Amino acid sequence: MFALENISKSFGDLQVLKLTNVEFPVGKSTVLIGPSGCGKSTMLRVLVGLVQPDTGTVRFEGEAMTEKTLLAMRRRMGYVIQDGGLFPHLTAFENISLMARHLGWDMSARQARVTELADLTRLPATALKRYPAQMSGGQRQRVGIMRALMLDPPVLLFDEPMGALDPLVRFDLQEDLLKIIRTLNKTSIMVTHDMGEAGFFGDQVMMLAEGEIVQQGTLDMLIHQPANDYVTRFINAQRIPHV
Amino acid sequence: MYKRHTEMKPFIPQRAVCVLFKSHQWAVILLAAMAILCTIAQQSFSQSRASNLPVLKIGSKAFTESVVLGELLSHLGRDAGARVEHLSELGGTQILWNALQSGEIDAYVDYTGTIREEILADAARRGIPVESESEMREELANRSILMSERIGFNNTYALGMREDVAARLGIRKISDLRKHPELEYGLSDEFMERRDGWNQLASRYGIKTRRIRTMDHNLGYRGLVHDAIQITDIYTTDAEIQHYKLRVLEDDLQFFPTYYAVLLMRADLQSRAPKVADALLKVQGLIDPVKMSGMTAMVRLDGKNETYVAGDFLNTKLLMQLELPSNTLGAEWRRIADRLLKTTLEHLFLVAVSLSLAILVAIPFGILSARNERVANVLLGVVSVIQTLPSMALLVFMIPLFGLGPVPAIAALFFYSLLPIVRNTYAGIRQIPVATRESAEVLGLDAKSRLRLVELPLALPSILSGIKTAAVINVGTATIGALIGAGGYGSPILTGIRLSSIPLILQGAIPAAAMAVLAQWAFGMLEKKLVSPGLQPQS
Repeated sequence: MFALENISKSFGDLQVLKLTNVEFPVGKSTVLIGPSGCGKSTMLRVLVGLVQPDTGTVRFEGEAMTEKTLLAMRRRMGYVIQDGGLFPHLTAFENISLMARHLGWDMSARQARVTELADLTRLPATALKRYPAQMSGGQRQRVGIMRALMLDPPVLLFDEPMGALDPLVRFDLQEDLLKIIRTLNKTSIMVTHDMGEAGFFGDQVMMLAEGEIVQQGTLDMLIHQPANDYVTRFINAQRIPHV
Repeated sequence: MYKRHTEMKPFIPQRAVCVLFKSHQWAVILLAAMAILCTIAQQSFSQSRASNLPVLKIGSKAFTESVVLGELLSHLGRDAGARVEHLSELGGTQILWNALQSGEIDAYVDYTGTIREEILADAARRGIPVESESEMREELANRSILMSERIGFNNTYALGMREDVAARLGIRKISDLRKHPELEYGLSDEFMERRDGWNQLASRYGIKTRRIRTMDHNLGYRGLVHDAIQITDIYTTDAEIQHYKLRVLEDDLQFFPTYYAVLLMRADLQSRAPKVADALLKVQGLIDPVKMSGMTAMVRLDGKNETYVAGDFLNTKLLMQLELPSNTLGAEWRRIADRLLKTTLEHLFLVAVSLSLAILVAIPFGILSARNERVANVLLGVVSVIQTLPSMALLVFMIPLFGLGPVPAIAALFFYSLLPIVRNTYAGIRQIPVATRESAEVLGLDAKSRLRLVELPLALPSILSGIKTAAVINVGTATIGALIGAGGYGSPILTGIRLSSIPLILQGAIPAAAMAVLAQWAFGMLEKKLVSPGLQPQS
């Protein structure tokens, strides 16, 4: 599905990514974790083509990502960022259906799909007419997820999607999001720095440090068979509840 | 502005997107508006092009004597069967001279001193003699311009005193002033500065005095009346000479250069419309100094209009039978109403066309600038420099390219409107948060669609406020269009300044201010209509 081959990336003198071969299993969820500046966000941005790697290839559904193939590939990925990244001049409905409309879907098709997604993400129908500034943080995030799901892409990418939410809202949304991913059987990749979230979502966890993957496996593996001290220290520093 | 969420109508932003979606719609709307305005303007600028009458275009400078002479030439030309346009109160010798050479006007009255010192200054520098009138006439003929014999008066500088004071002191000539060091002088700034001004005059005549105050020319007359000063500099044909009963001191050492009024006319007029050219030449020897200052006085002091005064003079002097505009109160109000309508249409035309063109050019410039910082530096730099050019200079640059009338004024206004729109388009796009821009990218929208669906709608409030600024500046600046014959609200203002008539100035200034306020309001409404409610201030 998604694979990185010999990716390296530097900003000036600072090398932020140095990856040999990384593969993301189909239909599973992978969580990228690590401290600030470890390269986890840059890795995600390389996957969606927002950052051009200095060397190496991004492969999506077997094909290399190039300027030519990028647009079509992006339409088969859903990307969700903190606070949803919504367009402030469009209503929730227009945000969600912008791309579908651009691709020529008629109004009834758009309406049907948005209604379906609103059920799935438990967004109240009245919120669809609102502009981002008129919605709560949780609603904005749900709309962001709906927008990512609109074209039914096989892959979903999340960049700290819960970062801006208060704990109770976050708790509900995490439950809903996990259900969605499981129900739809999507391949998902999520960046977070929250151990609890990593354990909750991740079929597998990749821990990064200084642009390299330190360890890859289930959270259980990371806890009980840590690759090195760094993994243990990072996990302990988070005071996660006992799994 | 307070709006309840439930009142939001979702179709409004879609329409806004729609407008930008089909960006050519903008162009179509603007072109249609321009076409309508062009039609209106053509009617107000030139009536019925179809007629076969020869066209005669007369020019005049922005002072009363020149305008009266312009009207007089217009009467003569019309009487000889020409269709006459009088481009009155143009902004100075250079503008008139260039217009005459390029054929924007066919004839106007200038002065021998001006011809020698300004118009033929380049010939003098190249060693061609242009001292005498026959030498000037010859050099002008080389440039296909015909210079007439003298009209009959010399409008030069002179020193003036109240008749009673001069009689009491026995002063007739400038050299008599040597014997009266007690006298107070009130002299205009220009006279103090000029090469043929006070300092040279004083040394030539050997006048030694420290009792000199510089003051505005018009205040000089007031000073004389109240005896605060006894001597001021005047023009020999000033209307006030008769009105205030002044004695013009004889220039017994012939210090002042002569400024005899002469007709300057394009030589081709004689072949194109010989009868008309002959009619214009009737001004030779027609007007003596007393008659000239009498006519100026009728306009400046009695409030008669120039058309009437010039026509009345011709009817008396040449026994012509010209129909004169009536001077009744009703006719005056009708004139005011007509002028308001005419100047409003002209002003609107200048503003609408120049602003539309500026929008069409400036928004793409702003988009290009937002895409590339190097382009931004160049484009914003250039339009900023244009903005700093004095409007008069910009107008003069436009004349060789576009002649006189509305076109060069529109060109100048177009250039002035660019900066606010380019800058605000640039800033509007640049201020979009990175996360928003990237969201559009990651959705899989290509660059063009991102611009249309996301970047322009988000920059729209900024772009519209740039256009609003440009419109308001434009309405104000368009008043200078009157200096090059483009009409508009500047015309009554210019005439009002010339005649020291506050009511006339207000006839231009008040509607101009009203139009600016109206433009502000209209763009405010447009903003509410076009900008997505999601971007408008929330409760």
